[in-house]
Amino acid sequence: MIQMKELRKDFSVRVKAGRLRRVKRTVSAVDGVSLDIGTGEMVGYIGPNGAGKSTTLKMLTGVLSPSGGEVSVCGLAPVPQRTRLALSIGVVFGQRSQLWWDLPLAESFRLLRHIYRVPAADHAARLRRCRELLDLDAFLDTPVRQLSLGQRMRGELTAALLHGPRVLFLDEPTIGLDVVSKQAVRSFLGELGRSGDVTLVLTTHDLADIERLCRRLVVIDHGRVVHDGTIEQLHSRYGSRRRLIADLDAPLPDGFEVPGATVAAVEADRHRVTFVLDDVPAGAVVASLVNAAPIRDLSLVEPDIEDVVARLYTASVSGAP
Amino acid sequence: MDGIGASVLVVSPNRPSRASVTTFRALVWSGFRRYATYRQATVAGMFTNIVFGFLRCYVLLAVAGGAAGGMAAGYDPTQLATYVWVGQGLLNVVGIWGWTDLSDRIRTGDIAADLLRPVPPVTAYLAADLGRATHGMLARFIPPVIVGLIFFPLAVPARWQTVPLFALSVILAVIGSFACRFLVNATAYWLQDARGPIMLWTLGSGVLTGLYFPLRLFPDWAVAVLWLGTPLPGLLQTPLDVAAERDSPALQAGLVALQAVWAVIMLALARLVQHRAERKLVLQGG
Repeated sequence: MIQMKELRKDFSVRVKAGRLRRVKRTVSAVDGVSLDIGTGEMVGYIGPNGAGKSTTLKMLTGVLSPSGGEVSVCGLAPVPQRTRLALSIGVVFGQRSQLWWDLPLAESFRLLRHIYRVPAADHAARLRRCRELLDLDAFLDTPVRQLSLGQRMRGELTAALLHGPRVLFLDEPTIGLDVVSKQAVRSFLGELGRSGDVTLVLTTHDLADIERLCRRLVVIDHGRVVHDGTIEQLHSRYGSRRRLIADLDAPLPDGFEVPGATVAAVEADRHRVTFVLDDVPAGAVVASLVNAAPIRDLSLVEPDIEDVVARLYTASVSGAP
Repeated sequence: MDGIGASVLVVSPNRPSRASVTTFRALVWSGFRRYATYRQATVAGMFTNIVFGFLRCYVLLAVAGGAAGGMAAGYDPTQLATYVWVGQGLLNVVGIWGWTDLSDRIRTGDIAADLLRPVPPVTAYLAADLGRATHGMLARFIPPVIVGLIFFPLAVPARWQTVPLFALSVILAVIGSFACRFLVNATAYWLQDARGPIMLWTLGSGVLTGLYFPLRLFPDWAVAVLWLGTPLPGLLQTPLDVAAERDSPALQAGLVALQAVWAVIMLALARLVQHRAERKLVLQGG
């Protein structure tokens, strides 16, 4: 559905090199990205600020010309065939609006039907589903300028879907939303993705979006892909492991060890111990521990994706693999 | 949402991207609706137009009164009053001033939303502008003309062709004005901020479109250069001269034909500039 081969975008910037002198420098915002995204995939596209995420999205949607490489979306070349491509893709920019500021939401939707020339029955069916799922009825007749951010974002999602796109690009769709609105947007996108008909590319800084929605995670930094795989692969590659924290009724005996687990911390007069599980199930550690000291409480902590990604960003800045 | 519910959202269309008449009409309606929303602004603008109408009318009538034979630049007092009051009505319809939508959207990067639609931006903006002009025609044109009729003797068209020619001339003026404003705003693609060009446009267009005073007050050679070499007289002076029946029937029709040529040229130029801009476009913001 989406192919990128050595995709590049260079920008020329003039930097000060003396009192009056300016030197032209080329900065690569996207530096040879190659990706292949299949139909129905839900891909999280993440990276630190300035990594090249939005630039890639702009090239994929045809509003920015690449400096090099090849790109194809729905079998079309995005820039030369932009207006044709527009019929097959939907785009939501979290920080921009595609709705008409002065018009009621319902009027924007009606207008979009004519712009995309959607048959009335299809339009009505899609709008009905969005109204149900995104709870739009309460503010359909409110001018867009009077909507809250959460309401507007629900309107934006509907606007992006009314023409039945095959690919949906979402650029930080949950930015600035409260917890309830975030959940509404995520659950809507989750359902949409599960239907398998729409390919979804999501850029975000909120990694919970990715965990809930995307099987595949692409991490980009300095314009290059630094990870492409599942979240589990990311954890395994960066050695993130589960942790078992045990509160004990008696102090942990000196020299206590469990094969496959490492004691990461011993606190509270040896009454609290944290194990990092390398390649051993939690049950095996608990079984060994129960013989060593009576257990009062246990908790198992899953690896935190934010930590892994932060390490990944830092590693790519320092040039490590 | 069940599977059927989800898939209903993603039945993909595969239609040509040509903007249809229906699409164009819907965009015209959107422009009309946008401007119809702000009723207080409409009333305030109308009041201002009427006040300035009195000022301009008395100044020009005083000029005519001081001129030999009571004629100024070939207009008799009735034609001058018509020129002023129809001009005050048309000012908002043609809308030569105050439109910065495009440059604002380029500056903020919101232009991306326009480019992501299957309608070329020039077409979409033109349609919305025609909607704006339609609203202007209904809400801002008629009241000043009625006030002018009440307080001054206005020229009633004596030729049958004046009314249809005037209607055509107004449409061409709106199209020409839109194309000029689009081009001025489009400088933001290169400059990021079009306030300078817009300021120049505001200063220049007031004089050179015939808003402040009839262009016929200029020397003949300047009038010829302006009319033949620029689209500016076509934005206001031509429809006003048509309405006032200032010229012979042949010249009256000829001026509208010239206006049509300029409207086509400017629209083509707007499309060309937009096309060039899209090739080098850098959307602002992440």
